Amino acid sequence: MNPHCASSTNNWPEVKAVAERLLGDDVVQFIEECRKTSEPNSYLIAVLHKVQSKFGYLGASHLDAVAQLMQIPAAKVSGVASFYHYFRLQPRGKFIINLCLGTACYVKGADRLAEKLKEELGIDFGETTSDGMFTLEGARCLGACSLAPVMLINDDMHGTVTPDQIPIILDRYLKKAKQETASKSAS
Amino acid sequence: MIAKRRKKITLTIDGNQVTVPEGTTIMQAAEQIGIRIPRLCYHPDLSLAGSCRVCIVEVKDMGHYMASCSSPVWEGMEVRTNSPEIREARRDIVELLLDNHPMDCQTCERDGNCELQNLAYSLGVRERLYEGKRKEFPIEDSSVSVVRNPNKCILCGRCVRVCAEIQGVYNLSQHGRGFYTVVAPAHKANMDDSVCIQCGQCINVCPTAAFLEKSSTEAVWKALADPNLHVVVQTAPSIRAAIGEGFGYPPGTPCTGKMITALRLLGFEKVFDTDLGADLTIVEEAHEFLTRLQTGGPLPMITSCSPGWISFLEKFYPELIPHASTCKSPMSMLSTLAKTYYADRMNIPPENIFMVAVMPCVAKKYEAQRPEHLMPDGRPYTDAVLTTRELIWMIKCYGIDFTRLPDGQFDAPLGIASGAGDIFGTTGGVMEATLRAASRILTGKKPDRLEFTEVRAVEGLRDTYVAIGERNVHVAVANGLNNAKQVLNKVVSGEEHYDIIEVMACPGGCIGGGGQPYPSENYHVLDPQLLRKRAAALYTIDGSKELRESYENPALEELYETYLGSPGSVKAHQLLHTQYRPRLPRGIR
Ligand code: SF4
Ligand code: SF4
Ligand code: SF4
Ligand code: FES
Ligand code: FES
Repeated sequence: MNPHCASSTNNWPEVKAVAERLLGDDVVQFIEECRKTSEPNSYLIAVLHKVQSKFGYLGASHLDAVAQLMQIPAAKVSGVASFYHYFRLQPRGKFIINLCLGTACYVKGADRLAEKLKEELGIDFGETTSDGMFTLEGARCLGACSLAPVMLINDDMHGTVTPDQIPIILDRYLKKAKQETASKSAS
Repeated sequence: MIAKRRKKITLTIDGNQVTVPEGTTIMQAAEQIGIRIPRLCYHPDLSLAGSCRVCIVEVKDMGHYMASCSSPVWEGMEVRTNSPEIREARRDIVELLLDNHPMDCQTCERDGNCELQNLAYSLGVRERLYEGKRKEFPIEDSSVSVVRNPNKCILCGRCVRVCAEIQGVYNLSQHGRGFYTVVAPAHKANMDDSVCIQCGQCINVCPTAAFLEKSSTEAVWKALADPNLHVVVQTAPSIRAAIGEGFGYPPGTPCTGKMITALRLLGFEKVFDTDLGADLTIVEEAHEFLTRLQTGGPLPMITSCSPGWISFLEKFYPELIPHASTCKSPMSMLSTLAKTYYADRMNIPPENIFMVAVMPCVAKKYEAQRPEHLMPDGRPYTDAVLTTRELIWMIKCYGIDFTRLPDGQFDAPLGIASGAGDIFGTTGGVMEATLRAASRILTGKKPDRLEFTEVRAVEGLRDTYVAIGERNVHVAVANGLNNAKQVLNKVVSGEEHYDIIEVMACPGGCIGGGGQPYPSENYHVLDPQLLRKRAAALYTIDGSKELRESYENPALEELYETYLGSPGSVKAHQLLHTQYRPRLPRGIR
């Protein structure tokens, strides 16, 4: 044997194992089904949907794992994922804030709420705070125009919100999260 | 070339009748009557993108302009390539491309040879009408070889296509949408964390300065000005075949002598010839090959001089690592000798020697920094790598009138090389040099055949048998890594047994390297015509030499006698051989 080469030169088993561990059996199985078809690459978007619905977002390591298992170049996989609106490349926060930017809410000052939210959270629309608590998203008419301006935090509707209420509302959710972790660690 | 006879189509272009085979595009048809329609995203050797619209023409009875690069002709078509309206529309398109472009041509590395700049000028853009929002991406220079500046990118996609289609690496794609679209490796990661193999072909095809080599010119100027340093230089075989293009010589003009004189004027104390390193590589590699043949060592043996290829091997085909020759590349061999053998002979402490290598290749910048190529004290054997382009710039910057220089000669003791060393610079050259050496060893006499034209893979791939003495040696030669994949997959699957394979990362070999001059007007990057001309220069040099076999090189004889012992000796292994290991991320093949 050639004395100059590293003892093991085939890293595929490790690369594959890492990919499988990251995605989990169900996704791996789905990918294997796709690969049996005549056009496996055409299932890329379907696979990405599956991964996103399982993990809530598409992280770089998920995308790499998909690339390896489907044998599609990672640049292509991440290019596709970054192109479509409905793929999220970052994890979503514990609380999803949907600020209504529909006409009625806009007229009633949704833009000022947007500014305030961005300022308080230190993020832009589509982003998540670094503590993983809040994701800020914009929505078109939430069907509660009589309460304009409105925002939805997870399933709670907040109506006739004013900018100075924002810190108080956000604080309430932070407290809620704290209590939850406290009771979890107690039990 | 013409496989099937295709139906003929007759059309008129600007009133001229022209007949072309079915499937021809308007752009190609126009070229036949001497009209070169402006273009940007189009590249004849890459797939069609049809995205920039610079190439629009008017077709009678069509309500809209058509992109000539991607529209096939039809019978009776009436095309107009020029009219005040078309010219204005094209100019508007380029103006729009410029509206978010940095306005810094004067300080830009591509100033004077930028396709976007030329296009803007030739289409008559004389002022900036639209001042759009500028892109504000950070310049990404994590790689030691390739620098990415997305602010100068016009999203033509040529780099994406060359990387995927010619190199089979597929490191790049467009990420995001609209104004925020950016060409980048997966996850918009740094080039250094990507599957990039640093070949630099993206630099070659980019019409702007969005991809560039990482410059080493400052480091070299500084070393040249340092009185405590003994600054020496080596030049790769393919530099002499291409450097003249930077000074107005037609492609294929050998400029060895002028190049040497220019290097002396720049202040290098010794000018060495990488070709000697190439001869040495052949002697060591032939020895390694014969040992493998005798001991059943891993065959095929695959050549190892191309650092882009070695990167590709480590990232894409790590299980084939035992097949790669352990020989260092000619550059690294020569640098090692400069700081050992030459330093000893001249009594200069190796740390006072500054070794510059002029290479056709940006991956050599990476090779020089690899931990395997550092001296025991942690400094590199090769201190700086300049591309052909960088050297041309330095010569101009200094004010040297290249065309009027007299011919110079390489310096002893690392300046004599055989013709076999010269042809290393083109596809099939390493194979041909090896076959010359193998004939001598296996038959024990001067080979009756020195030229092996069947291994010159001008079209990218050769797979053939060559009779050497009693043996019929199965060889493959590939350049452009997508071509290499075809051979390598057969090795992996066991479908074919080869004895020896030559792989060069770049199309055409080093003459088409990622650091070679941007082509002059009548040629394009990857142009087979251009590559043939550069290759011809090397074959002319080889053919004109008395000394054509690496084994006959008297400088090597002396080197082995006084310093290394014999080929494959312990000392030769210490100094001239290296090792490889799998690297991540693992590429998709
Ligand atoms: S890339 Fe071309 S157009 Fe852009 S700044 Fe540089 S020279 Fe000028
Ligand atoms: S240097 Fe080569 S491998 Fe790297 S991105 Fe450019 S073309 Fe692709
Ligand atoms: S980097 Fe250059 S080649 Fe690539 S898309 Fe941008 S302008 Fe085109
Ligand atoms: S516009 Fe906001 S709820 Fe209808
Ligand atoms: S050159 Fe035809 S669309 Fe770009």
